[in-house]
Amino acid sequence: MVNGLTLNDFLILGLAVFLLGVYCVLTRRNAIGILMGIELILNAANINYIAFSFFGGGGANYDGQVFAIFVIMLAAAEAVIGLAIILAIYQNLRTIDVGAAETLSG
Amino acid sequence: MEHPVTTDLVRWIVLLPLLGAAINFLFGATLQKRFGKRVISFLGCGAVLAAFAIALYTLFAMLALAPDRRFMLDDLWRWFDVGGLKLDIAFWLDPLSIVMVLIITGVGGLIHIYSTDYMHDDASYWRFFGWLNLFTFAMLVLVLGDNLWLMFVGWEGVGLCSFALIGFWYTDLVNTNAGNKAFIVNRIGDLAFVVAIYALFAGLGAVGHPTLVIREVARYAPALAGARGYLGLPMVTFVTLMLFLGATGKSAQIPLHVWLPDAMAGPTPVSALIHAATMVTAGVYMVARLNFLYSMAPATMLVVATVGALTAFLAATVGVTQTDIKRVLAYSTISQLGYMFVGVGVGAYAAGVFHLMTHAFFKACLFLGAGSVIHALGGEQDMRKMGALRHKMPLTFVTFFAATLAICGVPPFAGFMSKDEIIWRAYAHGHFVIWALLWAGAGVTAFYMFRQVYMTFFGDFRGTPEQDHHVHEAPSAMAFVLVALAILSTVGGFAMLPGFIAPFAPFERFLDPVFNSDATRQVFASGLHDRSLETLFAGLSLLAVAAGWLLADLTYRQGVLSAARMSEFAGGVFYRLSFGKYRIDEFYRAAFLAPYLKLANAAAWFDGHIIDGVVNFAASMTVVGAWLAGLFDSYIVDGLVNFTSKATLAAGGRLRRLQTGSINGYLYGILAAVMVILLVRAIARV
Repeated sequence: MVNGLTLNDFLILGLAVFLLGVYCVLTRRNAIGILMGIELILNAANINYIAFSFFGGGGANYDGQVFAIFVIMLAAAEAVIGLAIILAIYQNLRTIDVGAAETLSG
Repeated sequence: MEHPVTTDLVRWIVLLPLLGAAINFLFGATLQKRFGKRVISFLGCGAVLAAFAIALYTLFAMLALAPDRRFMLDDLWRWFDVGGLKLDIAFWLDPLSIVMVLIITGVGGLIHIYSTDYMHDDASYWRFFGWLNLFTFAMLVLVLGDNLWLMFVGWEGVGLCSFALIGFWYTDLVNTNAGNKAFIVNRIGDLAFVVAIYALFAGLGAVGHPTLVIREVARYAPALAGARGYLGLPMVTFVTLMLFLGATGKSAQIPLHVWLPDAMAGPTPVSALIHAATMVTAGVYMVARLNFLYSMAPATMLVVATVGALTAFLAATVGVTQTDIKRVLAYSTISQLGYMFVGVGVGAYAAGVFHLMTHAFFKACLFLGAGSVIHALGGEQDMRKMGALRHKMPLTFVTFFAATLAICGVPPFAGFMSKDEIIWRAYAHGHFVIWALLWAGAGVTAFYMFRQVYMTFFGDFRGTPEQDHHVHEAPSAMAFVLVALAILSTVGGFAMLPGFIAPFAPFERFLDPVFNSDATRQVFASGLHDRSLETLFAGLSLLAVAAGWLLADLTYRQGVLSAARMSEFAGGVFYRLSFGKYRIDEFYRAAFLAPYLKLANAAAWFDGHIIDGVVNFAASMTVVGAWLAGLFDSYIVDGLVNFTSKATLAAGGRLRRLQTGSINGYLYGILAAVMVILLVRAIARV
């Protein structure tokens, strides 16, 4: 317990952030919005890692925190690639509306 | 004899002509094109003349040895070692083989020189000299081989070269047919030769000495006495008879003589070298070489002498009516070979070999003289279109005439010394009929030879005016060779004088170590040795010769007797028999060739109908099978493949609808899938 907060409180926060991210991803038509939603999902996972690390293992177990750092790094790399794709879509279609990018439609 | 002198010089006598042949065959065409025919002449003649020089050197080396030690062995390498048979590539030089080597390289070298003029206008000059060199090589292997198989290699080799040179102008079907005939007839004899070698090996193996090396055969031959052979004959008789059958093929004796007259289709130097001076004497050489075996088989000796005498007489009578200048000489060669066989057949081996040598001189001279005439007349060979050539070709005439005197046996020319010795020895060994045949043959020989001389060189010229204008004396190289051979024909006989003139026979003494087996000595001793009787018989022979000459002179020079009238004698029966060569070719055609062709036709029918029928049936069965397999393939296999592809296409057509391109759609899909998975797990947990 930290300042009266328990593990559950953190998990609820992580779930909330995750759901917000999913909602964002599902509803946004703007590609950058979707990207931001993904960032929220990743950070929800991070909250869970940190929370479990802090409350779970006991002793000097930092696995969860190390994983959080890896996820942040991954998110950065993902943002780079995602933004590059969005830039390429914009250059071709003059828009970043994901509904417009449907040339692969079967 | 136990320890022959070993040498490494003899191999070069054999290898130099081989080297000449190899260079001529491999590079001859190029050399001839780039440097001209002179290089080919130099190579071709050089190889043989160098071999002759070495042979002369070894002769003197041999003469320096004691008479009973005059044997040289040049052992190159182990040839094969199969079962009990160990044979080497080795050359065995003794007095008999050195005589043959000197004839082959000496007379052969002269004929090579002659050919440089005679063949000068031929485009395949290099090919001619290549074959001529290869022939010399093969003949030397035959003569020098120290075992019977090596001898057989040479035996086959000379046959091959003979075949190639008879058909040298191969664009003419007549020539190639003549070559084939020579080859095939020889093959019959060769088969007997091989059978003899096998039988001899089996016989010697049975008495514990499996060998085919000739000097070892000579040592162990007495052990064969009384051994049973095949066909109910004693072993020695069987072997020698089979070998002699081989010799009748190679040396053109009855019944295998038919190829030699046709062999005249080859260029004239070839006729002189192969079909007169050297190759055809191989049979005589073989009998002399194996004298220790022949002397042990009196029955074979009688066969050899009888066949020889019959051949000598019958071939001479055929020569009387031939009109082709080379054919007369061909029959004369067959006849003279008959004399040689009588010589070796009655045990007078030295006399047979001596006649072989003198015959090489005068017959080569006759053939080359005939070649000179043919050359001068632009290829004309019919004596009826010649005549009066002695004025325009005096040198050819003189040399030809000298050789004619030699072959007829006019003293003191070479033929008298050698031939008369044989005729006398035939009587001395008690063969009266054989003597009578040879005696009559000598008269007939004189008749047909002088007939040839008179028809060719005397009387009026009967050819075309262009030919008359074109006639010229032999060119220098040809002339040189003719003179050399004429001199040899004249003085060559002095190496062995008949006993009644003077006891001077260095040739016979030189050969004596070769003919010294007990059996041979016994045969020699069994003959008559009566000087005065010998003189009388020499006189009888001369009488026959004189009668033949006189008859030819009256008929063909003076014209007192009419040849046409003579041919009508007894209704022309004799004329037709002689002119038709006793119809032997026709007999062989009917007796062997026709049945053989019938057999071949039957085989062809069997092949065309039965074998082809089976093959065609198998083929049509395959076609039906293939048709069925085709059906299976196109309906079953292809059906499966097509079904798979159609199913895939149809599924694809439906499934591609899922690919909407809408990212939100995909995300909803993912979410839905996750929820389904969670739901399923939750239910499963409960």
